[in-house]
Amino acid sequence: MKRPIRHARPATPRAHSSRARLLTRIGAIMASLAALSLSGCSVLSRGFLAPGGPVAHAERHEFFFVSVVMLLVIGPVILLAPLIAWHYRLANTKSAFRPQWGFSWILEGLIWIPPTIIVIVLAVFLVQRTEQLDPYRAIPSNLPPLQVDVVSLDWKWLFIYPELHIASVNQLILPANRPVHMSLTSGTVMQSLLMPRLAGQIYAMTGMVTQLNLAISEPGTYWGENAQYNGDGFVKQKFQVMGVTPADFSHWVASVKQTPKVLDDKAYHNLSQESTIPQPITFGTVEPGIFAKIVHQVIPPGDAAKHEEAKYDG
Amino acid sequence: MTIWHILLGRLTWSSLAFVRAWRDPTLSELIGAAAAAIAVGGAVVLFGLLTYLRAWRYLWSEWLTSLDHKRIGIMYMVFAGVMLARALIEAVVIRTQQAIAINNQGIVGPEHFAELFSTHGTIMVFFVGMPLLIGLMNYVMPLQIGSRDVAFPYLNSISLWLTIGGGIMMMASLVVGKFSTGGWSGYPPYTELAFNGGVGPDYWIWSVSLSSLGALMTGINFAVTIYKFRAPGMTWMRLPLFTWTSLCTSILMIFAVPPLTIATLMLAADRYLGMHFFTNDLGGNMMNFVNLFWLFGHPEVYILILPPFGVYSEVVSAYSSKELYGYTSLVIATMAIAILSFTVWLHHFFTMGQSAPINAFFGIATMLIGIPTGVKIYDWIWTMFWGEVRLNTAMLFSIGFMVTFVIGGMSGIILATPPVDYMVHNTLFLIAHFHNMLIPGMLYGVIAGYYYWFPKAFGFRLSEKWGRRTFFCFFVGFYLAFMPLYVMGLGGVARRSQELFDPTLRPWTIVAEIGALLLFTGLACIFIQLYVSIKQRHQTRVPVGDPWDARGLEWSMSAPPPEYNFAVIPQVSRRDAFYWRKKYDGAYRPADHYRDIELPKNSMCGILVGMGLTACFFGFVWHIWWLAFLGFAVAFGTAVVRSFNRDVNRVIPAAEVAAHDRRWLDRAAAARPIPRHLELTPENEGLAKWQG
Ligand code: HEM
Ligand SMILES: [Cu+2]
Repeated sequence: MKRPIRHARPATPRAHSSRARLLTRIGAIMASLAALSLSGCSVLSRGFLAPGGPVAHAERHEFFFVSVVMLLVIGPVILLAPLIAWHYRLANTKSAFRPQWGFSWILEGLIWIPPTIIVIVLAVFLVQRTEQLDPYRAIPSNLPPLQVDVVSLDWKWLFIYPELHIASVNQLILPANRPVHMSLTSGTVMQSLLMPRLAGQIYAMTGMVTQLNLAISEPGTYWGENAQYNGDGFVKQKFQVMGVTPADFSHWVASVKQTPKVLDDKAYHNLSQESTIPQPITFGTVEPGIFAKIVHQVIPPGDAAKHEEAKYDG
Repeated sequence: MTIWHILLGRLTWSSLAFVRAWRDPTLSELIGAAAAAIAVGGAVVLFGLLTYLRAWRYLWSEWLTSLDHKRIGIMYMVFAGVMLARALIEAVVIRTQQAIAINNQGIVGPEHFAELFSTHGTIMVFFVGMPLLIGLMNYVMPLQIGSRDVAFPYLNSISLWLTIGGGIMMMASLVVGKFSTGGWSGYPPYTELAFNGGVGPDYWIWSVSLSSLGALMTGINFAVTIYKFRAPGMTWMRLPLFTWTSLCTSILMIFAVPPLTIATLMLAADRYLGMHFFTNDLGGNMMNFVNLFWLFGHPEVYILILPPFGVYSEVVSAYSSKELYGYTSLVIATMAIAILSFTVWLHHFFTMGQSAPINAFFGIATMLIGIPTGVKIYDWIWTMFWGEVRLNTAMLFSIGFMVTFVIGGMSGIILATPPVDYMVHNTLFLIAHFHNMLIPGMLYGVIAGYYYWFPKAFGFRLSEKWGRRTFFCFFVGFYLAFMPLYVMGLGGVARRSQELFDPTLRPWTIVAEIGALLLFTGLACIFIQLYVSIKQRHQTRVPVGDPWDARGLEWSMSAPPPEYNFAVIPQVSRRDAFYWRKKYDGAYRPADHYRDIELPKNSMCGILVGMGLTACFFGFVWHIWWLAFLGFAVAFGTAVVRSFNRDVNRVIPAAEVAAHDRRWLDRAAAARPIPRHLELTPENEGLAKWQG
């Protein structure tokens, strides 16, 4: 999206007559409305209509495709309903009146067959695209995918890089142009991971592992969130996704490894308490196999119940 | 355990919204206390007014204990109107919050905000949508099929009081305790004890249970009525379309509501008995809840949409002065929708990790529903074709519906495409979509039907001027309120967000706020319309009963109808029975002879069962076990005792029926037949002038 246009130039310098003044004013209003809607349009650049990777890109394509087809379908209704009602209004004595007319094979054909054909066409595409964009399907590439294990907690995201033995909270750094494979579980209630410019949602659920594949095309800053309501800190459960060059990525990994924090049972247990965190955290060391332990609930889950007991006031 | 504990269970001082606001006077708590004050104040004013007017006896004997389907229908609608006012105000608060809370806390805190969207959704679905439609069906359907009442009038009364009981629980949650924060769908494990130990989820469980019990019984009642109580000659393919949609809705209620009751009761078992159906640990699996819930939830949206489709069929045909186009198509489409609606529930969780073929299957099934739905819309358009369309309030709503609903259809097909759904699921796009279906599909339809049948029920017409104003507010208001939500949803804004963090969202949230206010103004217009119409009723009376030159049997008696509906049960020989009777001049003739009519006596058993069970469930919420036991004993005891009572009917002697009928016929004979262009003038006494 373009930068918003901030200023409307005065329309004419010779705005003397009241009519011209009126026009100027209308022009100014129109211009500011346009500016408003343009600045509003940057909303769309937050989402998958401004894709940052192949998955979101394909999903945007599918969105436009279905939208255009559907516009063709609903357009006639939007035009016909008011037009026919107006033409056949009681006051129009010129329009024909046939109160006993209630059936026509031709019209029946027209209202049943074309919609059926359109649905069949859409269905064919739907099957293909659902198959291609299955979140479990690996992104084709000659690089091996980077594995990230994701744990949803109240109210933060834990990202474990099992091959690199590091972890981060509420910050996801990924190498651009390399496929990423995520395994998700939850350390608390069900949540839904959404990175609007990168990949669609998948739920994270306790005791289960779901998967998500994605890739980032260009280095840049993106964002992600939990889209499934899970309590007071829900809106704060957002995080930055940074796509970086491979060199920067190695650099970042090396710097994280320097940090003294260790993600072990105890650290995880503390992390899993209900809380929001102001700044991302990184763990330089990760106890091997911790993700499996979380999935199999070997580590006792967060003390949400106790917490609730304390908070409980009716 | 102290005596207080036994008496009051979990209730403490700080359960009261007022006490909470006193101790912690934040804006959020104060708003909560104000809402509680409105609830309490409203109840007190109502109580005082009824006492002052000495209306208790009348209210009790004529309304609350009535088993007349018409009165029960009206009570459903009054109840739903009250709940609508509350839920709409909550919607305005939600919108105001999102308009203000961009990088700040706004007016309500996180927990309060969550209660707001949870009560708004729960009320709108269970205590506005369902009762509005059940009320309408209750009133109209028996009249349309030529019946004196529904099959089980006493059961009907129980259903009403169970539903109202659920509403009372919703209102109580404003004053004592807090409501659930788990949304209208109440997904565990969030709503399990481990994460929500308070009374909130219990309020949700038990009020929804009351509503679902009521809806199930209504479904059975209506289905049996339509199967067994049709007038002679009223064959299937002669049923009015509204009755067809009522039948399909009843079938949906019978099959779709039990999964919900089961799901909420299993959740209750988790919370009360330490079971582990949906918990995180010990083998619980919340996916089972999600499936059960949507096994109900999707058909539920058709429970809410099909009856208005019936309304539109009646309204468009009547006000186009024309036969319905494509009756058979409409019947097939209605049935197809009803059946298909059970095959799509998984589209509510494409993102739960099933394989692609499963998602594709349910995506296609969802798209299939688009076909019969589209057929219906075209059938209404062709009904107007070659007609003489009177563009009154009801027609404006119908046309507004067609134009707006298809936009929701478009976003529905978009959501049915799994890869796109991955992106917009759980965002404001989804919120925009289902309001785009439900506001035109359900609310507009109810308003159109209300305008259309009101003169039948009360004997005078509603103000057209205020009707148009209502339409303006609801039509423009809808677009302003929900189009911005589509845009924000595409920008990845999650639903249920108490705070937003991006200033570029502001223009959109402000437009949406204006829209919500306009919608609220629309509701105010409805109430003003009612008030104005009552004041002007002397100029708008239509006692003969057919103000719109309409076609179904419900127009063939006086307005308001006698309590037995039909002096003699009509004989039906073709579709649009009353229309053809008018044509062949048999519409206003005395019967050959009148018979005694048996009607159910009033009974207070319905209200006792309903309120007993409500008290029982309220006891469950607060762990007040004696109340739970007592309430259950009252409900159960009443049901048992009543079953021994054989003297449940009373007889209206033939002479009285004949006298009433003669008075009405005299009136019809004296009235002037009115051509269509004068139907909104005081000259319209409810007798239509025949036109080719
Ligand atoms: C008439 C004007 C209405 C307005 C202005 C309105 C507004 C809203 C808003 C702002 C939300 C919250 C969106 C969010 O999660 O961020 C919402 C949620 C919802 N609304 Fe409405 N609504 C209206 C009518 C209705 C009707 C008629 C129904 C159904 C019959 C309905 C059912 C729901 C449901 C089920 C939710 C979801 C609640 C949840 O998240 O659990 N609403 N509405
Ligand atoms: Cu659905």
